[in-house]
Amino acid sequence: MKITEKRVQELAHLSRLQFEGESLKKMQNDLEDILAMCEKLKEVDTTGVEPLIYLTDAETVLREDVVIQTITHEEALRNAPKADSDFFRVPKVIDGNG
Amino acid sequence: METQFEAVIGLEIHVQLQTKSKAFSADSTEYGALPNTQVSPISLGHPGTLPRHNQAAIDNAIKMGLALNCDIRRVNRYARKNYFYADLPKGYQITQFDTPLCNNGAVKIKLGDGTTKDIRLTRIHMEEDTGKSMHDQDLNDTLVDYNRAGTALIEVVTEPDIKTGDEAYAFVTEIRRLVRYLDICDGNMEEGSLRCDANISVMPVGSTTFGTKVEVKNMNSISNVKRAIDFEIKRQTELINAGGTVDGETRGFNGLNGSTFSMRKKEAVNDYRYFPEPDLPPTIVTEDYLAQVRATMPELPSTLYARFTEQYGLSDYDASVLVDDKQSALYFEEVVKHAPKYKQVSNWIAGPIRGYLNENALGMEDFCLSPGQIAGIIELIESNKISHTAASQQLFPALTQNPTSTPEELVASLGLANITDSSFIDGLVQEVLANFPDKVAEYRAGKLGLLGLFVGEVMKRSQGKADPKTANALVKAALEQA
Repeated sequence: MKITEKRVQELAHLSRLQFEGESLKKMQNDLEDILAMCEKLKEVDTTGVEPLIYLTDAETVLREDVVIQTITHEEALRNAPKADSDFFRVPKVIDGNG
Repeated sequence: METQFEAVIGLEIHVQLQTKSKAFSADSTEYGALPNTQVSPISLGHPGTLPRHNQAAIDNAIKMGLALNCDIRRVNRYARKNYFYADLPKGYQITQFDTPLCNNGAVKIKLGDGTTKDIRLTRIHMEEDTGKSMHDQDLNDTLVDYNRAGTALIEVVTEPDIKTGDEAYAFVTEIRRLVRYLDICDGNMEEGSLRCDANISVMPVGSTTFGTKVEVKNMNSISNVKRAIDFEIKRQTELINAGGTVDGETRGFNGLNGSTFSMRKKEAVNDYRYFPEPDLPPTIVTEDYLAQVRATMPELPSTLYARFTEQYGLSDYDASVLVDDKQSALYFEEVVKHAPKYKQVSNWIAGPIRGYLNENALGMEDFCLSPGQIAGIIELIESNKISHTAASQQLFPALTQNPTSTPEELVASLGLANITDSSFIDGLVQEVLANFPDKVAEYRAGKLGLLGLFVGEVMKRSQGKADPKTANALVKAALEQA
């Protein structure tokens, strides 16, 4: 399956990654290889086989609704690239999302 | 000639579930805390953390599904909805994609003409909330508070069955009433615990092909939902009639002037790349579990309404007013346990009590008098110890000022008791008859309808305290003694 340069750029944008020149070409080839492998897998006849979604047949374990505060406000902000005493700070975003 | 258009509207309602801790982590969900104090490595999306699902969130979501007669899914999977935004620390939202907890079901709404209409539901699914971004606090940075991140939500999605702003108003009102009855959300749209987005399009009347839809967000009250929809229907209709086309886009609502404005075009539509959430094995809802949740369901407004009208004999109107608000319905039930005078109790709640609460901007849950005290007042009226007028105009206000007193104590200390002393009342009767000789003559000539006038005068002169039955009998006797 052919992956266009434009498609690579779209995917890169969704992942907030940047490719140009050599790296763009390499990503394009890698994606094509991955898709080719998927095409190969598709050759197997899976009629009547349930899709495998989880690798175990575990069920979720529910948690009781109890509040436990595990970290302090200061610890929460400690790893932030930018923060003030109250808030995480990020570059201004104009366009909304979600 | 201008084409006539009809609107097609679907709503998406996010309901913040009233759990103590978040959907997938144990940090608190309490509203109004200092920023970034109710967070955890899980809600902040740190690497290596794993979500654990809060049972109360599922219980609440199931309650909503049962209340709306939905089919409840037995094997629930979660999915990751991927997008980059600063208020979503993991880079994905845990949600349900192809296996929503609930499908089908419907909400019955009452229309202005008294008829009802079923608004069908597409689905109700469980998911988590995002943090909050503040764009206007700082010149260069956006400030982010993650206290809300990870709070349990359900999203209720309707079929495009809604035709007008009024129907949308009725629908959201019903959803709010239900979540309050179920005690799963406080239903506060201003604080954002209940949020509504509307998908609106218009098409020529009778057409079966929907027009291009516009999504409107940021309507922070139920009346704004109606205003935004009314505005948008008008805008789209005028646009098409003027030869334009509707853009598929997201619009915001400006509450100040009631208009909508373009926020972003849909061409840049996001590819959310949903895939199954590998960190959460499926949540299984067994028959036993479902039965357990069902057993904890409170009575719903429709059940209460049926009981109030059938068992207690209340009118359609009285019963509707009572069940409109859960606290009023519960209060009513408590009062009638003490004083089974259904109609009178209903009148007291809809009349003096509602009036007092409105005047003081209070809710029923803040009312200072106990059901026993209100029952006490009603008993005093029923046993003729105090007139209805004295009870509602003097005793009730006095009791709200002295909520630790009993009605009997105040009747005594304020001298509100009915006067049953016949000789005193008869004295007033004689005064009244002497004052209206013409009317007395008319009555005796056969104008019996004047009786009320004389009794009224007697009551007035006794400052409302004469026992009305005694007064009535004495007036009649005096008039007939020609």
